Amino acid sequence: MIRICALPAAVAVAVLAWASPAFAQADMDGTWQPRYHEDQPERIPGPELKDYLGLPINDAARQFADSWDPGRIALPEEQCRVHVSPYIYRGPTNLRIWEEKHPKTQDVVALKHYHSTYEQTRTIYMDGRPHPGPNAAHTWMGFSTGRWDGDMLIIETTHLKQGWVRRNGVPMSDRAHMTEYWVRNGDLLTQIVMLFDPVYLTEPLVKSTEFVRSPRELPAQTWLWVCDPVVEIATRAEGAVPNYLPGEHPFEEEFDRRHGIPHVATNGGAATMYPEFQDVVKQAPKPAPLPPPSRGATRVTGPGQQQQQGK
Amino acid sequence: MPIRLQSRAVRGVLVAAAVVTGAGLAVAGRAVAQQQNFDNVQIDTVKVRDNVYMLVGAGGNTTVFTGDEGIMVVDTQFAPLSTKILNAIRAISQGPIRYVVSTHMHGDHIGGNEALSKAGRTRAGGNVVGDLGAGATGQAAIIAHENVLTRLSAPPAAGQQAVPFALWPTETFFGKKREFLFNGEAVQIIHEPKAHTDGDSVVFFRKSDVIATGDLFTTVMYPFIDVANGGSITGEIDALNAILDITVASNVNEGGTMVIPGHGRLSDEQDVIEYRDMATIVRDRIKEYAKRGMTLDQVKAKKPTLDFDPRYGTDTGFWTTSMFIETVYKEMVALNPPAAPAPARGRGRTQNQKGSGE
Repeated sequence: MIRICALPAAVAVAVLAWASPAFAQADMDGTWQPRYHEDQPERIPGPELKDYLGLPINDAARQFADSWDPGRIALPEEQCRVHVSPYIYRGPTNLRIWEEKHPKTQDVVALKHYHSTYEQTRTIYMDGRPHPGPNAAHTWMGFSTGRWDGDMLIIETTHLKQGWVRRNGVPMSDRAHMTEYWVRNGDLLTQIVMLFDPVYLTEPLVKSTEFVRSPRELPAQTWLWVCDPVVEIATRAEGAVPNYLPGEHPFEEEFDRRHGIPHVATNGGAATMYPEFQDVVKQAPKPAPLPPPSRGATRVTGPGQQQQQGK
Repeated sequence: MPIRLQSRAVRGVLVAAAVVTGAGLAVAGRAVAQQQNFDNVQIDTVKVRDNVYMLVGAGGNTTVFTGDEGIMVVDTQFAPLSTKILNAIRAISQGPIRYVVSTHMHGDHIGGNEALSKAGRTRAGGNVVGDLGAGATGQAAIIAHENVLTRLSAPPAAGQQAVPFALWPTETFFGKKREFLFNGEAVQIIHEPKAHTDGDSVVFFRKSDVIATGDLFTTVMYPFIDVANGGSITGEIDALNAILDITVASNVNEGGTMVIPGHGRLSDEQDVIEYRDMATIVRDRIKEYAKRGMTLDQVKAKKPTLDFDPRYGTDTGFWTTSMFIETVYKEMVALNPPAAPAPARGRGRTQNQKGSGE
């Protein structure tokens, strides 16, 4: 159950092996759709609260997530919040890739990635321009430059907005930067992401995602994502920011107990990324299972939920 | 790098400022400015819109708004940087400087008021010139909320110098705002009471859709609540929400209204949201702990800022994380004195559910 992220060096070796010119193609233009077999529970139903498995987070990130109340994204000003580029490829998305060429030289000036999710267009400059200075604005997609290493595309991204590494409140700071490795093998496109965040990660977070080429164009509506924020909770005071006190989250143990995973694993940290951590999991005491839900209940009752309902 | 110099300079100013009160903060800014070597400071000009620029050097960010009628400058950094600031402005526009606006009274924002004002001209005629002479038009007006003038003109504390008259506002306003049309654009100077200080203003360029926030919003540190000069965390959060009332993002929470912070990088609504959320969450936690009757040491032991410390915190300088917590705690205790020692509450949400308007 533990999601294991390989060592960066091992990933690089693997990518280079896949990037063998005999099988790879450098042309990535077209429509691509992600495969969700990897980390499916996190990516499609969405991560459960307090699931930090396999994330190299520090104590600051853990407290941020421990205080996270999903009600926060019901605030009108946060409803249209976009997944940052280190995360957006992991969700349900249609991806269109094309090249922008200089009209006179036909050199590739930039690669474009259009995501149906949040209608995001990402530009990856290929013309050798530098990244902006430290006072430039940050964006959801960040500022990206790319280069080819054989048939492997390497992208460096800076100037990202604050986002998350897992959308259950585990944060990514606006000081994070990302290195990507893209390789095409026939109709399969592989992205390896290495995310570095000096604020919230103790080690790089490494993830891989697969895309399959779509043989035909998709209906227009599948490329749209219109977001019009509205007041969803009329009684909430303006300016309120939902959050839980650290250590007093009402669903503190729900994820552990539902899945029978020791807290030492669900609490995350760099150690939980590595294969040898399975030995720790085997030796750690398992949490007591949750009682079965009562008839008609819509949610399993956590230790603090009664009080929450009573407010 | 400019940003490093800026950070050092700001902290230097406010280290000195931390030991003084009232207008002494502006004086301290001058004192530090006199000691600091600004030779290596470079002004980074960031284009925000076709006619709005952000200048980053040492001290608070400067906003430059240009057009047919002339130039408006918001905040002027330190006096020794005035020539560099002026050169950066002249690289943008040769028009006359008509207005200098001070978002508040701190020395790293008003140090260049004299030089930049004297480099400009006020549009005036008729009785004004007749009564006051040609000198009435010989400098750009310096606009600020009246509390800025009150603070700057206050008698200095023992052993401190008065703030020079030339740095004071020449035109003040009271009440909520001052607004006028300049360069074909509505400009609103909006007062936010009792926030960073008691004289804070944000400047909203309505057509350009840009806000200069002064130190109500920065991207580099926890909100500096200058209690000695009338600041409060309650007013600070109210001010951040007021900024969010003005900003309108695109439909994906990016761009739209651009925000020039008091310190740090160019921002937009989402960046202010993150900062507002941080300030509100920390306030909520400390408020709840204070309500439970915890002492300051007990609150600090709970690490109410742990999740934001790697981003905004520091253990050194003028405004440490510990000082931020203490300032918020004292205000929360004053606003909500604990009735009696009470047992720890059960698990649940913090009091933000009841709103943040207290």
